[in-house]
Amino acid sequence: MIWNEKYECMDPEGLKNIQLERLREIVKYVSENVPFYKERLNTYGVRWQDIKSLSDIKKLPFTVKEDLRDNYPFGLFASPLQKIKEIHVSSGTTGNPTVVGYTQEDIELWMEVMARTIAVAGGEPGDMIQIAYGYGLFTGGLGFHYGALKMGLTIIPTSSGQTKRQLKLMQDFKPRILACTPSYALYMVDEAKEMGMEPRDSSWEIGIFGAEPWSDSIRKEIEEVWNMTALDVYGLSEIIGPGVAQECPYKDGLHIFWDVFYPEVINPETGEEVREGEDGELVITTLTKIGMPLLRYRTRDIVSIKYDRCKCGRTSPRISKIKGRTDDMIVVRGINVFPSQIEHVLLGIEGTQPHYQIVVDRKARSLDELEIWVEVEEKIFSDEVKKLEELQDKIRKEIESVLGIMVKVKLVEPRTIERSMGKAKRVVDKRQL
Amino acid sequence: MKIKQISAFLENKKGRLYEVCDILGKHDINIRALTIAESEDFGVLRMIVDKPEEALKVLKENGIVVRFSEIVAVEVEDRPGGLAQVLKVLVENGINVEYMYGFVERKADKALLVFRFDEPDKAIQILQDNNIGILQELEEL
Repeated sequence: MIWNEKYECMDPEGLKNIQLERLREIVKYVSENVPFYKERLNTYGVRWQDIKSLSDIKKLPFTVKEDLRDNYPFGLFASPLQKIKEIHVSSGTTGNPTVVGYTQEDIELWMEVMARTIAVAGGEPGDMIQIAYGYGLFTGGLGFHYGALKMGLTIIPTSSGQTKRQLKLMQDFKPRILACTPSYALYMVDEAKEMGMEPRDSSWEIGIFGAEPWSDSIRKEIEEVWNMTALDVYGLSEIIGPGVAQECPYKDGLHIFWDVFYPEVINPETGEEVREGEDGELVITTLTKIGMPLLRYRTRDIVSIKYDRCKCGRTSPRISKIKGRTDDMIVVRGINVFPSQIEHVLLGIEGTQPHYQIVVDRKARSLDELEIWVEVEEKIFSDEVKKLEELQDKIRKEIESVLGIMVKVKLVEPRTIERSMGKAKRVVDKRQL
Repeated sequence: MKIKQISAFLENKKGRLYEVCDILGKHDINIRALTIAESEDFGVLRMIVDKPEEALKVLKENGIVVRFSEIVAVEVEDRPGGLAQVLKVLVENGINVEYMYGFVERKADKALLVFRFDEPDKAIQILQDNNIGILQELEEL
């Protein structure tokens, strides 16, 4: 089904008029309600009246993640705190996390785009959905929850983890839809076999997988082993959480809900728009958000976009799967990890000069593993193994408390870590994504 | 008399120990005592060499993390109970042994053991008070 035929199948010319109207309104709204934007628009010499066509969006300044961090916690909110109904938090590059606030209108928008998302993937009212994304500060669990509520699904809010229980509930309740990270879907396979289940007999017909990069080969494996259709969901908490774009069963890109999230794909170096189909950084303007609207937000995700008509009947453009990042963020078990977070910890540990490398690996059908290699400098070297192990353990604990996931710390000899052009390569991603 | 031990950080990698010994050999530095303490991923190589300053320099030049530690070389009777006798003195005087290992060579009827104490000066005093021989100079070997 198509959840919102009016907007999802609207003639693009007609939709562009709505986008323009909304863009003018949101620029006016932020310049009146967010001091940060008021000042920045002044600096750029742009007023909302200057937006006369959609291409005038290029006159607007970009917003970057650092702007969110610099205005921590609530500096980018356009609504008074009393109107904010929910706050979500994701990890920041250094120190401060990224905070987003939703008003009642924003929650309703989230419900709407998530209902569309589930419908794009093939869900119908009356279906049962198992939501194995984490519930809490992370937007995955609650985002799906809201969409499923709106659509009228039966929800099993299992959240992430407790795999045996997940599988037992799947067997007993027979949900048709599974929502989780793709790596978790694969991780559950062995556990299911251990429990004596035949994964191909699972009740899941549709999997809505996201929050981390994955490839068509992983899709193929998930589809074969679980006997289901595996589809990609895209979102980021700064924009709304999941619900920005969703792949339909034709598997030819992710439909972006462009009546509310206006997409541009730019050359990250020059800021100029790239040609249709070319790779570039996805930039999104929230056209209707009230709590924390963002103008031209740089997602740092590399995608391409195409505007031709999809066989499913929707007229929205489709973005590709994420092809990379413009920064060195990596996603491990659904958690955003920035090398700078690890650098920060290492600097805080007495005597450690941060020559380090992050190694991410994913063995067949298991969760991502994060190893931090730290070069041993003379200052921290001891002739006692015990002291070195204590240091290793201290680094591990501090990194784990910052990232919220388990890591392994390995002490290595100096100059073990590959340096390119004098600069150490911070991340080695061995995952077959 | 405290002796300078060289400690080196080594990853558990094939051929690493050979490389270190090879560097020393090429610089005509003789290893008199050696031990390796290891954890899962790395080891600490501890050595007594005839030319410690030079050894430290050449290993550093080869990018190896090294440092000096002060150790005490103790003469132990080479007979059953010989080491126990020394350890008894240490235990009774509350001296902690961080680690210990044996020398490559021996001296007549004595075995030579290397001790790393947390309080080396106090340990030396106690050992001397108890008439336990301490190696004064490496040249004695």
